[in-house]
Amino acid sequence: MEAKGARILVIDDEKQIRRLLKVALTGHGYEVEESVCGGDGLSRAAAYRPDLIVLDLGLPDMNGLEVVRQLREWSQIPVIILSVKEQENDKITALDAGADDYVTKPFSMGELLARIRAALRHVAGAGDEPVLKFGDLIIDIARRRVTINGMEIKLTPTEYDLMKNLAVHAGKVLTHRQLLRTVWGPSYENDTHYLRVYIGQLRRKIEQDPSRPGHIITEPGVGYRLL
Amino acid sequence: MKNDKRADPDALLASLEQEGQGKLTVFLGAAAGVGKTYAMLEAARERLADGVDVVAGWVETHGRSETSALLEGLPSIPPRRLEYRGKKFSEMDLDALLTRKPELVLVDELAHTNIPGSRHARRYRDVEELLAAGINVYTTLNIQHLETLNDIVARITGVTVRETVPDRILETASQIQLVDIPPDELIQRLKEGKVYVPGQAEEALRKFFRPGNINALRELALRYTARRVDRQVESYMRLHGIAGPWPAGERVMVCVSPSPFSAQLVRIARRMAEGLQSEWLAVYVEAPRRYPAGEGEKDRLAKNLRLAEELGAETIHITGGDVAEELLELARKRNVSQIIIGKPLHSKFWEWLHGSVVDKIIRQSHGISVHVIPGKPKPEPEQYNPGRVRRSFSLLPYIKASLLMTALTALAYPFKPLLGAVNIAMILLLPVLFSAVKWGTRPSMTAAAIGVVIFDFFFVPPTFTFTVADVRYVISFAMFLLVALFTGTLSTRLQLQIKSSRQREVKVAALYALSRDIAAVSELDPVLESIARKVADTMEGQVVVLLPDSNGKLVLRAGSASASCLNENEWAVVTWVFEKGQKAGRGTDTLGAAAGLYLPLRADKGVRGVLGIRSNDPDNYFQPEQLRLLEAFAGLAAVAVTRLQLAEQAREAQTLAESERLRTALFNSLSHDLRTPLASIIGAVTGLLEEDNVYTPAARRDLLLTIQQGASRMNRFVNNLLDMARLESGMLQLKKEWCDIEDVIGVAVSRLGIALVNRPLKILVQPDLPLVQADFVLIEQVLVNLLDNALKYSESGSEIAVIANLRNEQVEISVADRGPEVPTEDLERIFDKFYRLKSPRLVSGTGLGLAICKGIIEAHGGRIWAANNPQGGVVITFILPPGNGLPGKVPAAGEGDEHGS
Repeated sequence: MEAKGARILVIDDEKQIRRLLKVALTGHGYEVEESVCGGDGLSRAAAYRPDLIVLDLGLPDMNGLEVVRQLREWSQIPVIILSVKEQENDKITALDAGADDYVTKPFSMGELLARIRAALRHVAGAGDEPVLKFGDLIIDIARRRVTINGMEIKLTPTEYDLMKNLAVHAGKVLTHRQLLRTVWGPSYENDTHYLRVYIGQLRRKIEQDPSRPGHIITEPGVGYRLL
Repeated sequence: MKNDKRADPDALLASLEQEGQGKLTVFLGAAAGVGKTYAMLEAARERLADGVDVVAGWVETHGRSETSALLEGLPSIPPRRLEYRGKKFSEMDLDALLTRKPELVLVDELAHTNIPGSRHARRYRDVEELLAAGINVYTTLNIQHLETLNDIVARITGVTVRETVPDRILETASQIQLVDIPPDELIQRLKEGKVYVPGQAEEALRKFFRPGNINALRELALRYTARRVDRQVESYMRLHGIAGPWPAGERVMVCVSPSPFSAQLVRIARRMAEGLQSEWLAVYVEAPRRYPAGEGEKDRLAKNLRLAEELGAETIHITGGDVAEELLELARKRNVSQIIIGKPLHSKFWEWLHGSVVDKIIRQSHGISVHVIPGKPKPEPEQYNPGRVRRSFSLLPYIKASLLMTALTALAYPFKPLLGAVNIAMILLLPVLFSAVKWGTRPSMTAAAIGVVIFDFFFVPPTFTFTVADVRYVISFAMFLLVALFTGTLSTRLQLQIKSSRQREVKVAALYALSRDIAAVSELDPVLESIARKVADTMEGQVVVLLPDSNGKLVLRAGSASASCLNENEWAVVTWVFEKGQKAGRGTDTLGAAAGLYLPLRADKGVRGVLGIRSNDPDNYFQPEQLRLLEAFAGLAAVAVTRLQLAEQAREAQTLAESERLRTALFNSLSHDLRTPLASIIGAVTGLLEEDNVYTPAARRDLLLTIQQGASRMNRFVNNLLDMARLESGMLQLKKEWCDIEDVIGVAVSRLGIALVNRPLKILVQPDLPLVQADFVLIEQVLVNLLDNALKYSESGSEIAVIANLRNEQVEISVADRGPEVPTEDLERIFDKFYRLKSPRLVSGTGLGLAICKGIIEAHGGRIWAANNPQGGVVITFILPPGNGLPGKVPAAGEGDEHGS
């Protein structure tokens, strides 16, 4: 599906932010619908059937986290969260509850647009492609092969699982919990140090400079994303 | 120089101390009936006429019309009615007087004993409280009630007066008015029925009021008053710096023992010290073999020492092996010139056996006068020491000793021919020795006696008779008994010593444990808790610790008892103790009817609080020994509370000064750092809005970039302020997780983005660096701040290095720049809030960055510091403590590992 023309529902109580988003997103060819609170936002999501929701965490009537939970009961519409630094915990909980990505206020428009694009692409089923390309990094899911500049990289099964998970959700943040659950299993959800160790190993294999990674990006306190 | 003309500072101090204190005038008489009350009322009326606010607090007229007439027209406070054992009594209403607070109060009969249930046991304590409240008091007293003259009066008149008043009361009196009439007149008044002495039979009265007696009492009163006048003259001379022949530095020492006779000695010493105008010491030497056996004895000793203290002596309690030597050593150390010691009542034999302390002191007292006072101890009435416990007598040790002896004999008998009499005697000594060590002298003597009989009967020829053929065996028998006697005595003494030192050890250990518990703690509540717990454990009671809150109202701060067990009565006692700074409650002279005992936590700047204890056993009174320990506890507690309160005050003062400085800095920073970017944003935006076609696309882009930079600068500043606020308010919660330092560095570097583009950045991470337990986001913030700082304070194009390695099992991370050095004295200060280096370069920033770093690192339990790099530039380094056990080996997901390597 073509990203242009997608319908976006913005749920935010701040008039300034709504106005800014309306102008910017419309300028980029999206159709924008606005809502000022969670309750109204949910009913509008049902009526308007948007392709994506931009949701502010701090709403006057209900927590944005609650909006995500209720929404996920009946819909898989991608949700991008707008948060401020103080809502770190809520943000992660919302991501774990099914939100797709987040942007921290104040954000740059470029950043938000990139997130929106990644989320929409994902819905369009980009992850089903058998070969994923990230610049010099190519992951051939059908053949379980990872190459950098055409050179095959040998990965352990765990490293490969991790790599594949990140690649399938490319551009989207994956929380620690999500990664641990899918790669190691539900009982390892809190063992962040496994992730740290394996991400370190992966970087040493695929990054040109592991201390300044270009592919596996750390989202501090939240998780990782592959670019 | 005429320095000696200056007033004696001590005397000045003493006169100053009396200010704010009421003045006491005592109408002193030789005996009842001399007209003291009359004289007091007359004087009071005069004062009333002068316009002084006089109130009669308590006046006994004994139904005499002249006296009653004088009382008329004097304002008075009606007495308080009290019921005690079904009978109604009247007592002076102390509280009403304190509330009324007149200038002068009349209080008749200073020596009176109050009805139980009154606040103080004795009226003179009431008077002291009135004086302390700044109220002047007129009172009356007969000379026979004076503590130090008590013995003499008893000797002269044959009547012992029980109600005595400590001499210090009279000494603090600002005036003593002697009321005197000739003996004949007094006897005449007695015959006319004008003299009332409570509780004395007619016959006794007649015996007492003999001219001889009266004259002797008059002499005492006159002499006492004369001596007072003498001293007043002298203190006047001292106060005004008039030179005069001062008495040489005499010092009197009295040796006190638990003997009731010691009280007499104390009084004698007091009179001598007074005569010599000297200080005096009351000393008790605790020698192991003289250790007081029973509670009664300890009680008496405490009583004697307390008496000495009340009479103004300095009391000293020393422990030592040789009484005479200890006494003399102390005497020399303290320049004692007179020693007073009682003549012991031991027999000649006892002295020959133990040596005489008196003899030894006299022999070795070079240059010190020794007064040996002969005395007969008055038989102690039994009720005098309720604490006396008879050593329980048990038959068991005797039976055991006898059985032991018999058993051994039975064992030894079959071997009689083999061993021979001498060896059997030796074997039979064993139970004697054993009983001596185990049960003391008497059971061992019993064993010895049985041994002698058995030995004689079974082993000494002719056997089976008590006849002794060989006279030499008699020596063996004697030896038997002597051995029993010696070893028994020795072991008894040893056991006493052990017991006494164990008791002392318990006490010292308790005090030591408490002081150790509370020494290092800087929070008040844990200190109070441990005090309460320790006291409760040691004293076996329920303990409360009360401290005043900010309004000065006492509140329960710690204790094993809940606040509910403090009923209204107990609260009254607590309040009194807190206000007066004196102990009160159960077992004391004051408010003795209370259920608990309350001690003030006294420090040099007043009373800090109250420690209360109620024994678990409601019938138990605290022994003097325990009381002293309690007082020591209270002292420790007071010191601890004072220390913490002072520390608190110091901290508050410092915080105040600090916050003042910070507020100024914050205002400066806010006005500068918020306004500058705002100015550029508003300027650029208004420029853009003004007209559409003025600016070229390049210029428009420039203006927009200005806006972006200004906005991000403000964003940084607001973030810093918020971080700082979070750190300082304690709202910061660390979300510790295992972090890969290399990852943290990578995120921080990428966050700075373009700012680092023109900089050679060297990242050196030790390859096998372990994970650390830290808050990823916050440590990243630290690194961003450090890198930002390095960027700001070094030339563009110069190198910045980030180095992470393991040192002493701690991860150490440093950020180094090649900028100018920081003056050594500023290396610590750069972590202060709003501190900015006086840099030649214009640096924009909040001055909060490093302060935030320090806050975050310290919240992690780590350390951060700055140093000048020997190769130039500044290195800021921080270390993070190792986490709680490094994570174990990381398992691979699934079973098979190593995919194709």
